[in-house]
Amino acid sequence: MSTVASEPAILDGKCPTGPMAERWEQRKRDLKLVAPNNRRKYTVIVVGTGLAGGSAAASLAELGYNVLSFCVQDSPRRAHSIAAQGGINAAKNYQNDGDSVWRLFYDTVKGGDFRSRESNVYRLADLSRNIIDQCVSQGVPFAREYGGTLANRSFGGAQVSRTFYCKGQTGQQLLLGAYQAQMRQVAAGKVKMFSRREMLDLVVINGVARGIVTRDLVTGAMETYAADAVVLCTGGYGNVYYLSTNAKNCNVTAAWRCHKKGALFANPCYTQIHPTCIPVSGDHQSKLTLMSESLRNDGRVWVPKTQGETRPASQIPDDQRDYYLERRYPSFGNLAPRDISSRAAKERCDAGYGVGMGGMSVYLDFADAIRRDGEATIRAKYGNLFEMYEQITGENPYQVPMRIYPAVHYTMGGLWVDYNLQSNLPGLYVLGEANFSDHGANRLGASALMQGLADGYFVIPYTIADHLATSKHEKVTTDHPAFKEALIESRNITERLLNTKGRRSVDSFHRALGKIMWDKVGMARTAEGLQQAISQIRELRDEFWRDVKVLGSGDNFNQMLEHAGRVADFMEFAELLAIDALERDESCGGHFREEHQTPDGECQRDDENYCHVSAWEFQGVGNQPVMHKEPLSFEEVHLATRSYK
Amino acid sequence: MASAHNGMRLTLKIWRQPSPQAAGRLQTYEMRDVSPDVSFLEMLDQLNEQLIAQGEEPVAFDHDCREGICGMCGVMINGQAHGPQNQTTTCQLHMRSFHDGDVILIEPFRADAFPVIKDLVVNRSAFDRIIQSGGFVSVNTGSAPEGNAIPVPRHMQEKAMDAAACIGCGACVASCKNASAMLFTSAKVSQMAYLPQGKAERSQRVLSMVAKMDEEGFGACTNTGECEAACPAGIQLSNIAVMNREYMRALLTSHE
Ligand SMILES: Cc1cc2nc3c(=O)[nH]c(=O)nc-3n(C[C@H](O)[C@H](O)[C@H](O)COP(=O)(O)OP(=O)(O)OC[C@H]3O[C@@H](n4cnc5c(N)ncnc54)[C@H](O)[C@@H]3O)c2cc1C
Ligand code: FES
Repeated sequence: MSTVASEPAILDGKCPTGPMAERWEQRKRDLKLVAPNNRRKYTVIVVGTGLAGGSAAASLAELGYNVLSFCVQDSPRRAHSIAAQGGINAAKNYQNDGDSVWRLFYDTVKGGDFRSRESNVYRLADLSRNIIDQCVSQGVPFAREYGGTLANRSFGGAQVSRTFYCKGQTGQQLLLGAYQAQMRQVAAGKVKMFSRREMLDLVVINGVARGIVTRDLVTGAMETYAADAVVLCTGGYGNVYYLSTNAKNCNVTAAWRCHKKGALFANPCYTQIHPTCIPVSGDHQSKLTLMSESLRNDGRVWVPKTQGETRPASQIPDDQRDYYLERRYPSFGNLAPRDISSRAAKERCDAGYGVGMGGMSVYLDFADAIRRDGEATIRAKYGNLFEMYEQITGENPYQVPMRIYPAVHYTMGGLWVDYNLQSNLPGLYVLGEANFSDHGANRLGASALMQGLADGYFVIPYTIADHLATSKHEKVTTDHPAFKEALIESRNITERLLNTKGRRSVDSFHRALGKIMWDKVGMARTAEGLQQAISQIRELRDEFWRDVKVLGSGDNFNQMLEHAGRVADFMEFAELLAIDALERDESCGGHFREEHQTPDGECQRDDENYCHVSAWEFQGVGNQPVMHKEPLSFEEVHLATRSYK
Repeated sequence: MASAHNGMRLTLKIWRQPSPQAAGRLQTYEMRDVSPDVSFLEMLDQLNEQLIAQGEEPVAFDHDCREGICGMCGVMINGQAHGPQNQTTTCQLHMRSFHDGDVILIEPFRADAFPVIKDLVVNRSAFDRIIQSGGFVSVNTGSAPEGNAIPVPRHMQEKAMDAAACIGCGACVASCKNASAMLFTSAKVSQMAYLPQGKAERSQRVLSMVAKMDEEGFGACTNTGECEAACPAGIQLSNIAVMNREYMRALLTSHE
């Protein structure tokens, strides 16, 4: 019967069973090993050198595997992870304030609005402690107390202080730690580094990932590389919105082309809008800048109580200010999770209470904190963030409140992986922001760094060995016809871009796509808006292929061509994101469907029908993808309505 | 959007060089109506959109985070690395630092060790090789002791953090008349020297990083301090003094 045929296929995350706290230990007991002297016989491709890729490449090389490492920047040290400001969570309970592995696990499952896989999250919380130890040993200069012990700060969605930090440059320091570990392996001859190389395709032979196609961004040369496994660590897809806090080179290309080769894409509609970003200042805007969430420890968020208020902040007395987060969420106040804080800001601005250009921002005010702790203390904690704010806006936040507005920041969706971080294609592993695994429908602050490093330092070294030891496939070289075919496909795409010779620039297409996505697939979504978005994306994509203008040639350094390839993929991927958002007829975490909200405007989940991962299978550009479902069960943290009141 | 009357008119003189081997030259472009609120790179974006509309190849320049942290951007602006604003990367520089009618000279970071790839884009991989020669602690994943096992006095941690803040952009090299990489290298050497974790390998680290620096074709340091003035991350000259001390100490005590 047709109804049976259209039931989605059920996916198995292959999680261990048994007591939650013992699952990872049990899995490690079951995984096969590769003996030390055999490891040098295996080659592993690691694409990406952010926290996930850098830590994976270093750790695999230390074990003795031959690692080929790729990134698009001129140096692996510049991966987007470098921009993370606030910190990294770990359940060390150094503050004696009631933290534990279980509590970090609980906070993350709840923060993710019950749309993540419990087994993965527990492992993440558990490994968080080893990460701090590892990074300290590498010389990461975490903030310390006077006695020399490690310091912590608090982050949104938690009532304990568990975030480790290096001023406002935590991502930089963690990444440099991983980068240096990787450089040590380059010197040891175990990592071969390929910078300014863009992965354009995955090579799959007999259903197994066996290599990649890349373009040398300096010479334009198309190249192929063969290996025994491919580890994809290529980050998130936030730039599908054009304006985001992501670095300009962030893209979905590597993940998308794996998807087109058969890898399932899970929960693309779970996108995170960060509440504290510097507002858009005009049409010239090329990206948005995050102001670390840690600022919400001391800053108070407010808008005037009167609509269309014109007085400057300093002249608005306290009783005429609406500290709306404190009002609506008394127990978490300014530290309410990101999705909730973002929507609350949008709600106030849409209702006409916003401030600044076009009424599209809210205040983040440090006056009380400065009065309480003194300017010097605030400067010591956030000095560099305040400077950055002033450089961009020309306003001094020690004197006037910052103005902030939500912006696209992080993407929880990604390629589907099982508990071992292996995609549905054997031999293709996906780590870091590029996978979908641990954050459900909303990520808590300071948890992405934790996940990237847990995946790279402490998960992949174990799980990849099992694949290498058990899959008895023949060695292949790049002479295999599959490599030639993939190379030709990639070359064809490049040539098509160059030969379209239209009138409209790549950037203008990217902006147009971003606008559709932000307006209709952004912070608040409706079925009607999503349907419109899908048809608009299709039209824009057709126009792109008719009218895009890419100058220059393919055989040298050509940034417009790079950008064009990425925008072409965003044009296809955007449609999947909107389809997923349309299909998920509930609100959860960062996915807010206006049709599904509680009377006071909070997300209304539908656990009966949507307590699952939606993993999509590609069926050709413009064709409805096929959905596979991975049911989620909550054994430890019982399904409940999330409350931060 | 900037309205016509508050926008600036600017004359840009930009280094154009099609490839590493080709000869380069300065080319002049006129820009109108540049808003003081746009960043320097957004101004170049606008120029590039104009060029594309005219069918001319856009100016190549490196950038990524546009937040002053990745170290990918960096050009000489009127002879100054990253331009006129103190402790500010090219991407964080805003056009409010310029005036109507200004002529702005834009060139790549120049040094023998940083060959030009195209226009304003250079190859800084020599920095990676310096780090490969010793800018790390040799600790394999999994073998770390408990994070709080070794206390680190706060002032030492803070000094280490200040040195570690280097973004590896190369402004120090580009602004030094000798194209020396002392500031870059010393920042890593002193970060590790301040921390107990870095002590075990301190001699070998400094000797091999200094040797690599020379081998890559960077010049010697003659204490002019231009590097410190140009550094967007506030890396101080005192790091060079620390490195010199570490180097002397290593020469005297190294038994390897
Ligand atoms: C401004 C900002 C602040 C943040 N602050 C925090 C924070 O305080 N705490 C926290 O936990 N998280 C934070 N995050 C999130 C976190 O930084 C990221 O999720 C995380 O760093 C992603 O790491 P990654 O290794 O998965 O990917 P990335 O660091 O994005 O690395 C991707 C790598 O893949 C490479 N790559 C991409 N595409 C290709 C391709 N096609 N071919 C070859 N290589 C490719 C890139 O060159 C790069 O090396 C922040 C994010 C932003 C934007
Ligand atoms: S683009 Fe990253 S520092 Fe300027």
